[in-house]
Amino acid sequence: MLKRLRQLNRLILAGLVLAALGLWLTRPQPLAPDALDGLAGDPLAGAAVFAAAGCASCHMAPGVVRGDDPVLAGGRRFASPFGTFIAPNISSDPEAGIGGWSDIDLASAIMRGVSPTGEHLYPAFPYNAYLLAEMQDVANLIAYLRSLPADATPSQPHEVGFPFNIRLALGGWKLLFGTRGWTLDGALGPQERRGRYLVEALGHCAECHTPRNRLGGLERGLWLAGAPNPAGEGRIPNITPGGLDWSEAQIVAYLQTGFTPDFDSAGGEMVDVIANMRRLPEQDLAAIAAYLKLVPPVVTAAAEPSAGN
Amino acid sequence: MTSISRIVAAGLTVAVVTGAAFAASHLDPIVAAGITARQSHMKLYQHNIAVLGAMAQGNIDYDADAAAAAAGNLAALSTLNQSTYWPLGSDSASVEGTRALPAIWENGDDVMAKAAALAEAAAALNAVAGSGLAEMQAALGPVGQACGACHQTYRKRDDG
Repeated sequence: MLKRLRQLNRLILAGLVLAALGLWLTRPQPLAPDALDGLAGDPLAGAAVFAAAGCASCHMAPGVVRGDDPVLAGGRRFASPFGTFIAPNISSDPEAGIGGWSDIDLASAIMRGVSPTGEHLYPAFPYNAYLLAEMQDVANLIAYLRSLPADATPSQPHEVGFPFNIRLALGGWKLLFGTRGWTLDGALGPQERRGRYLVEALGHCAECHTPRNRLGGLERGLWLAGAPNPAGEGRIPNITPGGLDWSEAQIVAYLQTGFTPDFDSAGGEMVDVIANMRRLPEQDLAAIAAYLKLVPPVVTAAAEPSAGN
Repeated sequence: MTSISRIVAAGLTVAVVTGAAFAASHLDPIVAAGITARQSHMKLYQHNIAVLGAMAQGNIDYDADAAAAAAGNLAALSTLNQSTYWPLGSDSASVEGTRALPAIWENGDDVMAKAAALAEAAAALNAVAGSGLAEMQAALGPVGQACGACHQTYRKRDDG
């Protein structure tokens, strides 16, 4: 009997140690407090980072068209297999927005997915891409965000049910699926490296264009090979050379104007993406095109000829 | 349930089922004609934008007369009355062969506002398209954005 009790004690102890280890491994890990030390944010340069990172596409109020000084009031809804995420207010309002956050709070949210109160943020916010961003770019972005108009609309809670509403578990998600480095590795020239930075880090293109596993982790072996639309019908296109046969000039023209090579126009989420992309210098768009040509081609079954309007 | 009401219920069921089957296999001719008309209209936009876009992108030389003609067509197309193009029941949730989302019929005012924005951009393009490449390029951008503004919300994603 005594022996049994001792065994049980040992089992409980082992369980507690494992649980503690798990909690430690999956703990929210903000940036070091001095991560931004010595970096002055330049709001003008930050505007370009903001455009490349596509912040406005999600954080503007629903139905608002992108202008020069977007109001980041939040409220857009993003349906997914895990529930509906509602983009928060990240305007400069001190109460409803991020006006009251410190620079390092913001940088930790952007690059580590950790809130100022030390909670995990949902990866609907693409920190899993932004963690590859350069610290100077993030400092510039923060300076620019602070220059944008304030809006007092309160953020709404996400509509996410059990078990996905347990934020503690997001640490496990980060441990399993967190970005460890560049997906396209190897010897790249300066233009291709710039393109990789814009696509993999700031532009977070893979968030939509790469398929996910059942737990929402990116299938990196099918990088940019297209994915089901998480919000419902249709697919997000394959933009590897196996799915997109446009020339680099045609890709640049599309990102600048929204016109495909046969002068159809972009639709859906790409309209907001293009509203950001056309604000970037042409050499950045050319860098994106050069990078896309280097991505391992994935051939997907030819889509049915699409019907028009 | 009385036997009479049972017969009535059975009859209704048969009517509903056959009605649904009929709707699925035979497109209402008004719906079919509307879809054909609007898709043809979109093709004409595309054709004329392709002329201007090829010049804007430097794929062909700028030709003032051809540019003015294409822009004139776009301006004219954008002001045509399309009311018979969009019959009720011709949305992508009701019938095959269209990407026109049901939201079009739910947000008529917004759709009309977006159509007016296209007409405005097309008129501005028409005013300058024959005056030089740079002017035409600058005015083509807002036309593209007007196309996108509608396609963003009201055109179903394709399967690409």
